Amino acid sequence: MSFAQVTAELVNGFETTVLIFVITLVCAVPLGLLITFGSMSKIKPIRWLVRTFVWIIRGTPLMLQVIIVFYGPGLVFEIPMTNRLLAVLIAFIINYAAYFSEIYRGGIASVPKGQYEAGQVLGMTKRQVFFRIILKQVIKRIIPPMSNEIITLVKDTSLARVVAVLELVKSAEDIVAGYGLIWPLFYVGAFYLLFCGILTILFGKIEKKLDYYKG
Amino acid sequence: MSILEVANIKKKFGKTEVLKGISFTLEQGEILSIIGSSGSGKTTLLRCLTFLERADEGIISVNGKTIFDSHAAGKPTVAEQRKAQLTFGLVFQNFNLFPQYNVLENVTLAGKLLAKERPDYRKNKKEILKQIEEEAVELIARVGLSEKLIYYPCELSGGQQQRVAIARALALNPGILCFDEPTSALDPELTGEVLSVMKSLASQNMTMIIVTHEMAFARDISTKAIFMDQGVIAEMGAPSELFDSPKSERLRAFLSSY
Repeated sequence: MSFAQVTAELVNGFETTVLIFVITLVCAVPLGLLITFGSMSKIKPIRWLVRTFVWIIRGTPLMLQVIIVFYGPGLVFEIPMTNRLLAVLIAFIINYAAYFSEIYRGGIASVPKGQYEAGQVLGMTKRQVFFRIILKQVIKRIIPPMSNEIITLVKDTSLARVVAVLELVKSAEDIVAGYGLIWPLFYVGAFYLLFCGILTILFGKIEKKLDYYKG
Repeated sequence: MSILEVANIKKKFGKTEVLKGISFTLEQGEILSIIGSSGSGKTTLLRCLTFLERADEGIISVNGKTIFDSHAAGKPTVAEQRKAQLTFGLVFQNFNLFPQYNVLENVTLAGKLLAKERPDYRKNKKEILKQIEEEAVELIARVGLSEKLIYYPCELSGGQQQRVAIARALALNPGILCFDEPTSALDPELTGEVLSVMKSLASQNMTMIIVTHEMAFARDISTKAIFMDQGVIAEMGAPSELFDSPKSERLRAFLSSY
């Protein structure tokens, strides 16, 4: 198998990797905020329920969650999951939303109480205080932990192969098994490095953009 | 008619009774300074007046209209509470400027949001916003920061930040402006500029309530003074009486520590 052929195969798998990454990110970012509101809710049962949910999601391996989402419906309800990629996406979105929600919660809790009070005495509604004053400060605070988590997501996409989704690592494994080549595995590493490198630069830019103020 | 009437305000935090029945009145244009040691309840009183805390008991009336009554049936609606809140402006000890907004935006933000609720907002949006900005620019000039309009709070000194905070509070035209130890977080060198802004407000007949540890300033600026001790008003009167001939041993001891 030539270098060009291997590249073509890997690019094919890489497309799936990017797809899982993008869809997970786009869905988990807002879903995480929803979970945050739940875990900070003043209504105790909601808070308790949401925090238990977050505990379960963060306390079990993502790989296990992918397997359960894929095989669970068929085994429990006899409605087999036919779309492997969909199962992966569901598990990833829920898992990452739970992690993001905790990052958001930390970010929101770190904004000084005085910021809320200043908004309140100026006659702002709770909504205005959150969206006009608090949110932007939260975003600035959570960029570093979020970029960490998002870079982890890039590499976690390789877990999709446990339900035989042909992503980057699986494509390489197939080549290794089929052609007895070892170097494509290292080549795969370069793909991830490049992807994470680009993200690192991107997040650096965002951080810099929010650098115009402190606090 | 008094601009502010406070009757029998009580507040507990858990088992600690912080305010044990505070009553006083304030006339238009009066300047009340509240002194007392830490933990005497000064700040809590101010927070109850500005609705950052809800008093457990008591009545607060502004211009003869009751804006808070612990015995009134039902809770005030959010809208009522906001309206009552706008009677008071509050300047915090640690400024609490919004760090992501520049000086002008800090001063105009609340006004612009409030303007959206005006019925004629859609029709006259441009003029309304322009007017808010013009007024803000004027206020910022009044606190001596015209050159800092587009600076961010992190680029200003503490004294400058506090002056912006005063302009921000004034922008909503509060009937009564409250100060919660406005100079306590400042270097001694910077307190002067904040105090002089407050003095100029006093000369413009602004009604003010000032919680402070600056005794000389309080004596000089205020028309009325309250000495709080352990949740009650231990002494109240003209500043000359309070500061020059304190009646109680407690106040004498307190003043002698300055």
